[in-house]
This record gives sequence, structure tokens and C-alpha cells, in this order.
Amino acid sequence: MNIMNTAHVRHGSNIGQNLTRREGALKVTGAARYAADHHPAGMLYAVLAVSAVARGRVTALDVAAAKAHPGVVDVMTPQNAPKLAHHPDEKTNPFAFRLDILQDAQVRYANQPIAVVIGESLEAATEGAVLLAPAYQAEDVVVRFEDGEHFVPAAVGVGAPAEEGHGDVEAGLRNAAQRVDVTYDTPAHYHNALEPHAIVAEWQGERLIIDTPSQGMAIAQGRLAGLFGIAPEDIYIRSPYLGGGFGGKGLIAGPQVLGIMAAKLVGKPVKLVMRREQLYGPIGHRGVTRQHMRLGADTEGGLTAIDHHILTATSRFDDFFEPSAGVTHTLYATPALLTRYEGMRFDTGTPLFVRAPGEASGSVALEGAIDELAEACGMDPLAFRLKNYAETEPLTGKPFTSKALRACYAQGAARFGWAKRPLAARMMTDAQGLLTGWGVGTATFPAHMFQASARAEIRSDGSGVVEIGAHDMGQGAWTALAQIAADGLSLDMDKLTFRIGTSDLPDAGIAGGSAHTATAGSAIHNATGAAIAALADIAMRDETSPLFGAGNAGVVSRDGHLYRRDDESRGESYATILSRAGLDSVEGRGEGAADQAVTENYAGHAHGAVFAEVKVDPELGQVRVTRLVGAFAAGRVINPRMVESQYLGGMIWGVSFALHEEAIMDRRTGRPVNGNLADYHVPVNADIPSVEAILIDEQDSLINALGIKGVGEIGITGTAGAIVNAIWHATGIRVRSMPVTLDKLLF
Amino acid sequence: MKKSPVSMTINGQPVEELVEPRTLLIHFLREQLNLTGAHIGCETSHCGACTIDLDGKSVKSCTIFTLQAEGAHIRTIEGMAAADGTLHALQEAFREKHGLQCGYCTPGMILRAWRLLQENPDPTDAEIRFGIAGNLCRCTGYQNIVAAIKHAAILMAGAQQKEAAE
Ligand code: FES
Ligand code: FES
Repeated sequence: MNIMNTAHVRHGSNIGQNLTRREGALKVTGAARYAADHHPAGMLYAVLAVSAVARGRVTALDVAAAKAHPGVVDVMTPQNAPKLAHHPDEKTNPFAFRLDILQDAQVRYANQPIAVVIGESLEAATEGAVLLAPAYQAEDVVVRFEDGEHFVPAAVGVGAPAEEGHGDVEAGLRNAAQRVDVTYDTPAHYHNALEPHAIVAEWQGERLIIDTPSQGMAIAQGRLAGLFGIAPEDIYIRSPYLGGGFGGKGLIAGPQVLGIMAAKLVGKPVKLVMRREQLYGPIGHRGVTRQHMRLGADTEGGLTAIDHHILTATSRFDDFFEPSAGVTHTLYATPALLTRYEGMRFDTGTPLFVRAPGEASGSVALEGAIDELAEACGMDPLAFRLKNYAETEPLTGKPFTSKALRACYAQGAARFGWAKRPLAARMMTDAQGLLTGWGVGTATFPAHMFQASARAEIRSDGSGVVEIGAHDMGQGAWTALAQIAADGLSLDMDKLTFRIGTSDLPDAGIAGGSAHTATAGSAIHNATGAAIAALADIAMRDETSPLFGAGNAGVVSRDGHLYRRDDESRGESYATILSRAGLDSVEGRGEGAADQAVTENYAGHAHGAVFAEVKVDPELGQVRVTRLVGAFAAGRVINPRMVESQYLGGMIWGVSFALHEEAIMDRRTGRPVNGNLADYHVPVNADIPSVEAILIDEQDSLINALGIKGVGEIGITGTAGAIVNAIWHATGIRVRSMPVTLDKLLF
Repeated sequence: MKKSPVSMTINGQPVEELVEPRTLLIHFLREQLNLTGAHIGCETSHCGACTIDLDGKSVKSCTIFTLQAEGAHIRTIEGMAAADGTLHALQEAFREKHGLQCGYCTPGMILRAWRLLQENPDPTDAEIRFGIAGNLCRCTGYQNIVAAIKHAAILMAGAQQKEAAE
């Protein structure tokens, strides 16, 4: 029998509950062990020496001086680094980005690792790294759009086309009654998860054991297996808690590989923890963009054309182009649409995924330009957005699997009090004389799904086990996925053993793209369904069971029991079924992946509306966001508490995008000028007076069996635009270069 | 490098160790004493992940040498719960009000909040937001952290009243 076809009704009560974090007690007591908290016996400390130049060669390292320092055990340089099975520049798959792991003396960006010092103590190794006193032959660098050649990239993001669209944009613009033609600049951002990348690596013969934060253990296993020429199964990764990820821990980074190489070199366990300032280089960043927006509208305020041209920079040695056009493909209805890219090569590390990669940067430019067009049309910006509401996906014409954006606009606006907003700018001042402005932005993020597998087991004592190599980087996988698992097995949470966070469990795919709950959750849903079906099959074949002959569709699971659907007074417990059959357990396995028929025919996106109030000091130009209200619709909510905190966190990232964050590169040296948490600004609590997220009910029966979209990234989109638009409303000044620092408001 | 003797009281326990003069307090706590609850986010006193309580002050333990803590009374996250494992009101409140996501900032946040509530048992929202502005949460749970600290203030005031009544 095909067990997957057995229909059983779920009466689970876990999904939707506002459970607190299951690992919360460990985290509030300091007992949760992050990678750098590990300390195996005999462990040594490895410290990176990183390049002070952005391009050139290392010409000298005083290895002897470093080694002479008491407590220094060894120094790893290109001369003695363990041989790898393949060159780290080999592109073995689209997710294999080039790494700098001491393959040669070349320097490709500032803060690139150039040596690793291994010592008996952190202090000895740190001092050893200083004593290396590297000398360089430096070459000229390019870190600005003005300083080099532009070209059309072959693809952007991971394999997306560099030009897309439909209709005649030039005609649409020519015939428009109102036009905007503006350029928005967004800077490079670094993830700055509070936990720096760290690894504790130990070789046990050919077997490798590592503690390291990972958003994608199976991908890391594959990458490391390739580099070290060993089988992926011989690599055991533990990553039960990440101190934040934001995309920065999606792919294993060079410094983590260096920790493993160092352990190999010295034949002992090694701990390597990156210092904050070293993170501004080898682990990826959000690529800088310059976005030229040309939009037209007719006399009624209906869009006639959108032309979104993106200039963005990758590194000199690898390709990742920040895919900022995605939001423009999906948000506003227009008869003519064109998105296109140009690229440049900078002497920086390769840009990669940072929370809402592409969507965040694209959203600021689109929401800003849309607002400017609304102003040109003399329309309320929310009314303008509703006028151009997309009933089908603008780029493809596909219907949406679900789209409750109108409800987001309505409820967000009502909660915020949008109806009282004066149309013109610079109309509101508060009691302290601060200029006050209100702005809106639309939030959107695609509902991705990747690949995942899970294993479920029902035991003869009536308990259940669910295993999946999922990742909790703070979003709440330990809790939300366990809720899905408990419901899938129709068990109370305390009857469930739930395992995630190690690489020996079934592959959960990557915790990225806001797809983890949907993908891993679907795998769990299918695995638990299979386990229940297997159990039902045993009972239905057993003449002594009240379920005997109930038929494929005739069984219901509830609270650790199976019942006949046609007569729910007849049933028995899981334990009874299994012990009578003489079995210790039954098992089910399941996969999670997008339904191809749905992805071909529908567009799946989460949506939201963000309303911002800002206050601007008219003399000093200082901006504060005094109120933020976001309303989001993202399919089924597994745990409202976790989901709300993803929205709030995302919205605060939006504040950061609009007002704080910016990596500044020295155009002469290519070095980050502000590569530390003092000078690279992120909001502190005092910057965030009031943030509120409204969870809008949205049922989606197409996107996946559980109806889940993603919530981790959408909060940034919309928010930054809403703030920039509010700043205009307060001051009458359109600032088109992020972040909006006070100098840009003074004139 | 030559080690020097150092003694201090950590979470009520006397500690005597030998330590190099260059060893920062955070590394001493984490690597030598295996008290890994305080984390490291920057080592430059900006993130607050390493916050501990030292002689009645919130201190970023990445920014002082171990030897400077000679004779000090230190409290870390490991010393917040009662001996029987009962969570401190602040720990309970952070858990209950979801004042944590990845949890990496949490031990530092809780220690800072504890000192804040010693100094100001009934803070306003704004006093909390400014009072913990030295502790970054990149995740960022600022809203719920404020809710947690307010909740803890109520729990702690209640406990005190009960004590006074008894
Ligand atoms: S590690 Fe001490 S303040 Fe950041
Ligand atoms: S919970 Fe992750 S940094 Fe605060």
C-alpha cells in the first residue's frame, strides 16, 4: 500500500499556539552552548592574521618571530597549509563561492586571512599573529562605481536573468502624464550577527568533528568533503544554537575552513573565533547598489511603465550580484516593466546573502520612487498603491497562491491612524517643534521552498521521535518545527523527542530564503503522516484491533490514539497497537519540497504594509523613528510569538537600513573605514521607541500542505521605504542615498 | 608569560587562580573557569554580550584585565538562578515575554537589566531603552526585551513586598 495516500485527520492542537521557546531556559541561564563555548581536552587556539591591504601579495611574514613567542605552537601559511583535494576557487556548484584559505600569497580584499597562528592560549596566538608583521606589495584598488568599467552580468543572485520584463517601457514613459526619474543608492551592509563566526574542530583520524554555527549543515558537509577529500558522512557538524545568522552562516566561510586546516596541521582540536573587525571581508556582505528608477503614471494615477536599472558590484574574483529587481517583478501592476542590471568588480570580498538579499535594497528604491510618483500625481501614497494593486504577478501574469495585502494595508492604516495624514509635506510639527512625517511602504518576500527530509518514529511506550537536521539561528525552529511534529504525530509536546541541529540527522536544507519552516515543516508533516499511516496499516490488518478493516481513509489520529472515522468511540492507543504487534516502533520518512505544478502556475509571496512616523529636528536634521506599525500576511502562523518577533526584528533591520547601517570603504586603500561595532552603526534599544506587528490571517491551500510562507526577511522590506517616505513627509526633502544621516537633511 | 595569582568571588564562590596579566576578564571566565554564559561579540566594549556585574556595576568584561578584578565580587549569568535551579525573575521574564531570539545577547542583557533594576526598581519604557542601550541585540528583540524587564520589575517588586510582609 502507498502509505502516503492514507488520509488521516489531524486534531493537533500545537500549531498556532503561542508557545514560549523550548530552549528558552537554556538561553536565559547561559547553559545553551554556542560553538565558541566548546573546549575539548587538549584544545589549542587559532588566531587569524588578516591582510591590511585590499589587493596585492604578501611578500613577507616573520614566522620565526611568531614562533619564538612563548605558547605559540605553529604558524600556518601557504607554505605549510595542509593540501586540499581541490582548489578553493573551483566552482563545483552554484553555491560554491571562492574561498581564501591560504592557497597562495595573493590578496584579493582587505581582512583576507593570510596566516593562522596556533597557540596554547588565545593570548599567545594573538600576540603571535601581531609578530608576523606582514609586508605587502599592494596594487591599486577599485571600490567605487566611478572608478571602473561596467558590464552586463550573465546572471544575478543565484542564476536569475539580468534582464526581464514585458511591454514597451519607453512608450509607457513617453505617454505618461507624470514621471519620476530618480536614482537611489544603497551601501554595503555586513551581517554583524552578534555571534562572530567560530569553529571548534577536531580530527579523529579521517573523521572530522566540528562545532560551528551553520544555516546549512548538509551544504557545509558537501563543501568540506570536497575540499578535504573525505566522505560527507565522515564530517559531523554540531550547530544546535546560532548566535544569529542573517545569511552570513549559510555557507561555510574561509575562516571556518582554516580552523579545520589548523586542527589538521597540529593534530589537536583547535578553536578559531573571528574577531569582530575580521568579519568585514571574508564572510560576504550585502552588495552596494545604485538603482535608477524611471516610472510613469497616467492622469488617473495608474502606472504606465516601470524601468528599474540596477548597478551593483561583485568582487574581482567571483560573481554575486545583489538581485534587487525581485520586488519590482511582483508588487505593482504595470503595462510595461523592465528590470536590468549592470555589474562592476570591486576589490572586496564577494558579496553574498544578507537578510532579504535583493529584496531589501530593491524595496527602498521601489517604495521611494512609487512614493515620489504618488506625490507627482497629487495622490495619497496609500491610495496610489491601492490603485496599482497587482491582482496577478506583474512579471509573469500568474495568479497568486494567496494575497491578503489589501487587509494588511487596511488594518495597518487603521491601527496607525493613517486617515489623518495631510497630503503635503512639512505640515505636522509636534509640541517640541519637531517636524513630523508619516510614510508607508509595501512589504513583500517570495515564498520559497527548498529540499528537506525528516524521520518520524512512534514508539511502543506511546511516545514519538522526530528528527531533522534543521537549524535554529534564533528564529525558533526548536519550537515551531516541534509544534508541527507534535501535531503530525497527534501527541502532546511532552511526549515528543525532537532532534535538530546536528548533521547526522536527515538533511533539512538551508535555513535561508525565509523557507525553513515551510520546507522542514513540510518534510516533518510528511514523515509524521507516514509514521501514522504505517501504524494505522498495522492496526487495520489486525483482526483483534477495533480498527480492523477500517480502510485507508477510515482512520483518525488524536492524542496518541487511532480511531475509526465512522465511529470515533472505537479506537486504541499507539502503545496498544505496537505492543500487540510485538514492535518497538514504527517509522515514517518524508520529504519537503515545492509542488512543481504550483510553482509553474502560481506566484507565491508573503506581503505586508508598514507605516512609519518620524520626527526630524529642523535645526539639526536628526531623525528618529517614533512609531512603526507593520501588518503582514504570510500564510499559516505556526507560532505567533516567534512570528511576531521575526517581523519586529525585520522591521528594526528596516530602521537600520534607512537610518544607520553603512559600510564605508576607503577608496585609496580598499579597507573598511568603519569595520567595528563602534563606527558601523546598528540600532540600540534607545533608537527604537515603538514597533508593532499585526499578524493578518491568510489561508493558503496551494503553497504547501501546511499553508506556510516565510516570515524571517519580509519585515525589512517596506520598512526602510516607509521611513524614507516619512522623512520626506516631515521635511519635504527626498533623500535617495541610504542611510539617511543628518548631513543629508541639512542644507 | 609569567602568571600571577588572582582571587575574587564569583557567584558567591571564592576563586583563586593563576593568570597572565594580559588575560582579559571575559577570556578568564570563559576559557579558564568554563563560565561560558557571558559571550563575546566585539571585544571592544560596544556590544554588551560580555556584560557581568562587578562590585555593584555593570561591566563589559572584555574591557578589563582579570588582574583588575582582584578581590572583586562578580556575578555572571550562571549565578542568577537559585541553587535549586529556580529561575530568577529576570530569567523567567525573558523566557516568558520572549525577550530572546538567538539568545546570544541574553546573558549580558539580563545582567545589565538586573543592575538597572537595582538602581531603578520601577523604570519607564524610555529609562529601560536608554538603560540598556549599551547592549546590542542584532536579532533584534528590543521590544520584547523592554516587555521582559518591565515584567521582571513587577515580579521582583512583588517578591520584595511578600518578603517584607513575612
Ligand atoms: S564583547 Fe564585550 S562589549 Fe562586546
Ligand atoms: S537574541 Fe540574538 S542578538 Fe539578541
